[in-house]
Amino acid sequence: MNEAERLKVLEEKAAELRRLAEENGLDLSAEIAVLEQKIAELRRAIQEGLSPWGRVQLARRPDRPSGLPFVQALCDSFYELRGDRIVGDDPALRGGFAKLKGKRIAILFHQRGATPEEQRQARFGMASAQGYWKARRIMKVAARLRLPLLTLINTPGAYPGVQAEAHNIAGAIAACIWQMLQHPAPTLAVILGEGGSGGAVALAAADRVLILENATYSVISPEGAASILWKDAKFAEKAAENLKLTAQELLALGAVDEVIPEAPGGAHTDFQGTVEAVRGAVLRHLSELSALPLDELLRLRYKRYRHVGSAGGAD
Amino acid sequence: MPIRRDKRDRYVEIEVSTPPEPLWVRCESCGELIFRQKLQENQYVCPRCGAYFFLSAQDRVASLVDGGSFVELPPPQVVEDPLGFSDQVSYKERLGRARAETGLSEAVLAGTANVQGIPVVLAVMDFRFIGGSMGVGVGEILCQAMEHALQEGKPFVLVVSSGGARVQEGVLSLLQMVKVVAAREALARAGIPYIAILTYPSTGGVLASIGSIADLTIAEEGALIGFAGPRVIEQTTGERLPPGFQTAKFALEHGMVDAVVPRAKLREELARALSVLVDER
Ligand SMILES: [Zn+2]
Repeated sequence: MNEAERLKVLEEKAAELRRLAEENGLDLSAEIAVLEQKIAELRRAIQEGLSPWGRVQLARRPDRPSGLPFVQALCDSFYELRGDRIVGDDPALRGGFAKLKGKRIAILFHQRGATPEEQRQARFGMASAQGYWKARRIMKVAARLRLPLLTLINTPGAYPGVQAEAHNIAGAIAACIWQMLQHPAPTLAVILGEGGSGGAVALAAADRVLILENATYSVISPEGAASILWKDAKFAEKAAENLKLTAQELLALGAVDEVIPEAPGGAHTDFQGTVEAVRGAVLRHLSELSALPLDELLRLRYKRYRHVGSAGGAD
Repeated sequence: MPIRRDKRDRYVEIEVSTPPEPLWVRCESCGELIFRQKLQENQYVCPRCGAYFFLSAQDRVASLVDGGSFVELPPPQVVEDPLGFSDQVSYKERLGRARAETGLSEAVLAGTANVQGIPVVLAVMDFRFIGGSMGVGVGEILCQAMEHALQEGKPFVLVVSSGGARVQEGVLSLLQMVKVVAAREALARAGIPYIAILTYPSTGGVLASIGSIADLTIAEEGALIGFAGPRVIEQTTGERLPPGFQTAKFALEHGMVDAVVPRAKLREELARALSVLVDER
């Protein structure tokens, strides 16, 4: 039995004890506490055993909870909006209106696809200019309707292609960042898998940025950094360490606000558990943010980004 | 490092050992041996074939503003090497080298100046400094320059020469994109005009943030303007790049810039743009 399996057994035992305690009115709190301590230790051991490169591999898994199936499980209902109203649509970046536990929101998410056919169609989640112009359009609609904006990020990066350039992908990403900073309602980003460069940050200029435990957020892929700086893609593992792209490192740098725990073997081992963990965190943050008056929300948002990485930014 | 276009109309960068400054410089585009002083007088454009050489931030400032009017803003204090990054060379060492080679503290030089009598806040990026890349230091200088423009009620002018984000600062460099847009939003709310001048190269995270959202955008003839570099596009997609791809003319034809201007006319063009954006005094 490996560590993940052992953990699962312990967790089932703890759940069983809790059920017994409740059903029979027994006080098993001491036994439960011992088990929970063991669970916490084992979890820590499993997580600490993962290298940054190991997490990059987990974050990229095609079966990672993400995209349309995740949105459909997360929300009560979802109505998709299509097209940028200028030249076209993009299957790699999708969005629309949704209800989350009865609350109206607008949602934007990357679609990577699970099967090879889906992946090819969605360009592995690399959205082109149309995707980001569409995202900006949906942000504007959401602003008009004062809807909170939730973004779910999982992309290797924006698509580097001739058409993308001809349709001003750089301008589209800049426009998304600018639009998101102006949004007149709470904004929340959750990095579910790979938070790749400009394609990720275009959807991440949010009041709060959450990240799943094994997800990553980086200015460049480890392979890209390795080939530019080490002149050899074989140094990707070393680059992954240097880039400080893991959830805990990002939290320490102030790049993200909260790490959402994953099932010990990775989020893909527990789709429903991941959905529930993300939903819980999202609802909690949205309710905190919704309590703030708009001018205070915008002031805090400005402060969060204005001082990012700067000395004295801790204030 | 001079730049030129090859037969397929793509840009090619050529490494040239610069220091100590030789008296003569060879144009890698046409092969002409040019007297350095002559090249300087011609604003680093080859007098024979018209190829554009990189312009240092200092030379760029001199070429755009009224003589003696530039006053550098005090450089901000930022955390250096926030990630403790090290590849074949440590990031600290790279920074030290870049400073020694360019005489700049960071990849952007910012200050107040007059352009044909019109007061502005000007920030000029320098490609020689780690590819003109934007990390925390560059982000902070740009923000403080925009904030100074806001306080003084002066237009903000940015000359982009940048390959994108500073890889050695990881996610913090990525987040500088949001930071500079936040400062730009404050400028917009105060109604302060912002003019961008895109030069060789204007790519990556700088173009995908502050470089693309000016009120008026001028491309220098010889600029390279694009999100992804030509090599990345070819390698990732296998697509053949059309002739003239990502040139200033391409950007104009695809609706990304308002004007394309040769280097020698840039100052005059900037003054003309400023004159319609500020009130008579
Ligand atoms: Zn020449």
